[in-house]
Amino acid sequence: MISFLGKQLKNPLVLASGILGNSCDILTRVHDAGCGLVTMKSIGPAPRDGHKNPTVIDLGYGMINAVGLPSPGYAHMDAEWQALEDRDFPLNASIYGGSVEEFSRVARFVSARHPDFIEINISCPNSDCHGMLFGVDEKAAHAVTAAVKKVIEVPLIAKLTPAAPDIGRIARACEDAGADAICAVNTAGPGMVIDIETKMPVLAFKKGGLSGPMIKPIAIRCVYDIFRAVSIPIIGVGGITTGEDAVEMFMAGATLVGMGSAVRYRGIQVFDLVNRELNNWLAAHETTREAVIGAAHHPAGRTTHDPVSIAKDLSSQYRKNTP
Amino acid sequence: MIFDQKPVMARVAGKTMHNPYFTTLFFDFAINFHPGQFIMVWIPGVDEKPYTISFHEKDRFGITIEAKGIFSRRAATLTPGDMVGIRGPFGNGFDIIASPHAAVVAGGCGMAPLAPLVERLDPNLFFVHGARTKDFILYPRRFAAKRHFTTDDGSLGHRGFVTDLLAAEIKRRMDQAQPQFDMVYACGPEVMMHAVFTLCEVNGIPCQVSLERYMRCGFGVCGACVCSDRVVCTDGPVFHSDQLQKMTDFNRTALLKSGQPVALSEYVSWRCQ
Repeated sequence: MISFLGKQLKNPLVLASGILGNSCDILTRVHDAGCGLVTMKSIGPAPRDGHKNPTVIDLGYGMINAVGLPSPGYAHMDAEWQALEDRDFPLNASIYGGSVEEFSRVARFVSARHPDFIEINISCPNSDCHGMLFGVDEKAAHAVTAAVKKVIEVPLIAKLTPAAPDIGRIARACEDAGADAICAVNTAGPGMVIDIETKMPVLAFKKGGLSGPMIKPIAIRCVYDIFRAVSIPIIGVGGITTGEDAVEMFMAGATLVGMGSAVRYRGIQVFDLVNRELNNWLAAHETTREAVIGAAHHPAGRTTHDPVSIAKDLSSQYRKNTP
Repeated sequence: MIFDQKPVMARVAGKTMHNPYFTTLFFDFAINFHPGQFIMVWIPGVDEKPYTISFHEKDRFGITIEAKGIFSRRAATLTPGDMVGIRGPFGNGFDIIASPHAAVVAGGCGMAPLAPLVERLDPNLFFVHGARTKDFILYPRRFAAKRHFTTDDGSLGHRGFVTDLLAAEIKRRMDQAQPQFDMVYACGPEVMMHAVFTLCEVNGIPCQVSLERYMRCGFGVCGACVCSDRVVCTDGPVFHSDQLQKMTDFNRTALLKSGQPVALSEYVSWRCQ
């Protein structure tokens, strides 16, 4: 078992928000398939249909999507909240709003339904007036985090966008405002795919967030930057599909590792598979997850095991994270 | 070759207007297809929707459209030369058995996904097709196999439900000590498929039904089409009896576009807009 913000998780794998997260039944199945922490699809302030199709297209090396934050709205999910009340797995509830006031309103309501964590989606690129605006501006990120923190009774996770010019500073602003953890990253871009026969963007919303293997290096860099900027734990998400990808994400500084698009490439059983691959890798290298978290921040090619010189290296760094 | 990533742009190569309600569009493309699978059809500037493949040859396939909603009415106006985007195929398709003791039960446009299946099954199958009236019977002369018809108004065949004929045939086989069905395949309105499933359960006969839900990605990530803990686009759309037994949403609940679960009747009236 892994302890994370005071809760016990069976393993360090997380279902990313927006993937299969819209009912208690399917969340239960993902948990049973080997996922340590499942995240609900982002819950909004009012009923919202999202965009017309095409909304999600696989490009082989990753996906592009602009689903557009569909949600029944927090007040229209009684049956789901009821079912989730009796769950036997940890639950992360993702929420969104179009203003600080809306975020607070949704957060207060959702907190009273007892999820284990609340994740604020301040990073969705697929709506004109929700999400990402908060995730690229330090002041806005601080304001929304502080406002939500004030009205909830469960740990707060801030989900960040790789579109931020300096994601470390955004993460620091969230930490200063009371965030208990950072989840990084949401989809990258946004990007666009144009059909050259019809001369039209393929997605109905035209632009869409990029995910999957093509964004892994961006996600790794973001988590690396955030690790140096904050002392709260990080959920590393973006392009992880194998145990070795997870190891890389831990080395960048993640405490937990999230997956979403990987479900496209390896099915729901991807959680079991990655967990097994991760444990095999750790065993073969005679190490532990705790020991590899942030390992990439040690000086390049470090060969010494002398505790004094290691301590000196570490203290010279901008910030050190405690796994 | 059509594949399951970015849509491949395909020109409509042929069009058959079966009657005022049903139209088939043909495309001269190869697609690796198993009966019961579906494709996502994109009309640029309009929308993208799942359609089963109802005709399949080596370098040609067709989809059959019942013009009743915004998208399908538009799709039915497409003519040869018009271009649509296609990705797929998606989903599992039917498990096809070799036994002659198979039944196929079609309701309305549920005939479309079953048609390529019927052509692959033993021609001695028991085949029932129900529709509102005689005019709504799809592919009236397509199959070598004998087909029994039912209509709501009695304008063709038995006046009543497909399950009337299926139940009678199950009973006849039982009474005459003839081999019972090894499999019943059904597609049609969900209430009809549930009636077929229930009838099969009572008689200990396995069945497979093809479900429909609002879809987005088609490949199992977005969650729009979940039915209980099953993902219709990848775990289905065809489900076996042993799965249906555990799917409490079957014939009861479906998600609207917002993700809100509603009674199936409410979902159906929304889908037909």
